[in-house]
Amino acid sequence: MKLPQVDYEAPRTVEEAVDLLAEHGDDASVLAGGQSLIPLLALRLAQPAVLIDINGVDELSGVSVADGWVRIGAMTREYVAEESGTIAGSVPLLAAALPLIGHEAIRSRGTIGGSLAHADPAAELPAVARALDAEFVVRGRSGERVVPAAEWFEGYLMTSRAPDELLSEVRFPAAGPGTGTSFQEVARRHGDFAIVGLAASLTLSDGVIADARLAFAGISDVPVRAAGAEDVLAGERPSAGLFDEAARRATDGIDPPADLHGSSEYRKKIAAALVRRGLRAAADNADERQ
Amino acid sequence: MDITLRVNGTTRSGSPEARKTLADFLRDDLNLTGTHLGCEHGVCGACTVILDGRAVRSCLMLAVQAAGSEVTTIEGLATDAGLGPLQQAMWDSHSFQCGFCTPGFVMQATAFLSAHPDADEQEIREALSGNICRCTGYQSIIDGVLLAARRNTEHASER
Repeated sequence: MKLPQVDYEAPRTVEEAVDLLAEHGDDASVLAGGQSLIPLLALRLAQPAVLIDINGVDELSGVSVADGWVRIGAMTREYVAEESGTIAGSVPLLAAALPLIGHEAIRSRGTIGGSLAHADPAAELPAVARALDAEFVVRGRSGERVVPAAEWFEGYLMTSRAPDELLSEVRFPAAGPGTGTSFQEVARRHGDFAIVGLAASLTLSDGVIADARLAFAGISDVPVRAAGAEDVLAGERPSAGLFDEAARRATDGIDPPADLHGSSEYRKKIAAALVRRGLRAAADNADERQ
Repeated sequence: MDITLRVNGTTRSGSPEARKTLADFLRDDLNLTGTHLGCEHGVCGACTVILDGRAVRSCLMLAVQAAGSEVTTIEGLATDAGLGPLQQAMWDSHSFQCGFCTPGFVMQATAFLSAHPDADEQEIREALSGNICRCTGYQSIIDGVLLAARRNTEHASER
């Protein structure tokens, strides 16, 4: 499977990249780490007229902290994020999810922005972004806009990025004191896409849950927040009984897709188990961080 | 597009089409056919090479993206003096059956062991989880990499 004929542009600045996107629009695909796009090209599922390779745009890489937010440049590679002390310290949920993405060789090339712009609903990073209410910074010729995670994911491999816009940065809120997190998933083999995944975050204050966040991967065409379960948890003290109730509420009314890896009913059972496991693990490490 | 890169310590140049993957460039343009192509869409790991010190799948990047980089392929591991230490350990452990997947496993394990010289079995299994062997020879492959890691540790303690 060889790639189709395609033109190639390698801008050096965001401005150049945005100009190229304005010129080519829907005919262009942005090439970041390429770990999803190159297979799509090989399989002819994507046939853009031009690739806009942003690997040479240095300003799109890096991790910084400002005003309680951790800002990650879209081209920051997954292994770099995995090794980042800032992310490990301030966004522990993201740090927990990163080693689960693909395999080591995939994370050598794959990028934070690429995964989130590709928006595979079974992937880890979209669930993390949704759980934490991350913010997406997109740049176009008319300037910059910031999109909350709740409005970013629109459908299977679809985001609210316009064809002439470039995802330049993703911002994650830094975890406060008393916050414990866990990323849980069931996959056939380490590194495979999750059959179901769960991003969980609990913030405890005086032993009471002040903030609960749960987002699933792999149960819909977008990452899904479990708002009902979050409501059940808020204001309560962590307990096995409470987590059982949260698992029931989280999976009430969900209708996961069925495929050869698992039926809808099987995914639903996994989802409930992951809620119990994820909450237990998050509560345990919240205690440690207090 | 004209590109220049370092491959196995030698400066190489070429003019691949933009759509040509690094794997095809290595095989077709540089005649380095040790890098194998199994699936050609990033699933099997057979085409793994080391790019600027990290294992990558050479079918999942364009040759033009490797311009200016340092690439090591399976051809770059053995010297005139003989096999490298990982290759020797895998040889001693009978880590090969048909051998098709071997270059990918060896390159992935080379990158991994250089970052984690004293890795244990579980870490090695995780590191190699992206490489597929259709002869079902995983156990002997793990044994070979583990033997290389043990020899690394022994060397370190002798020093």
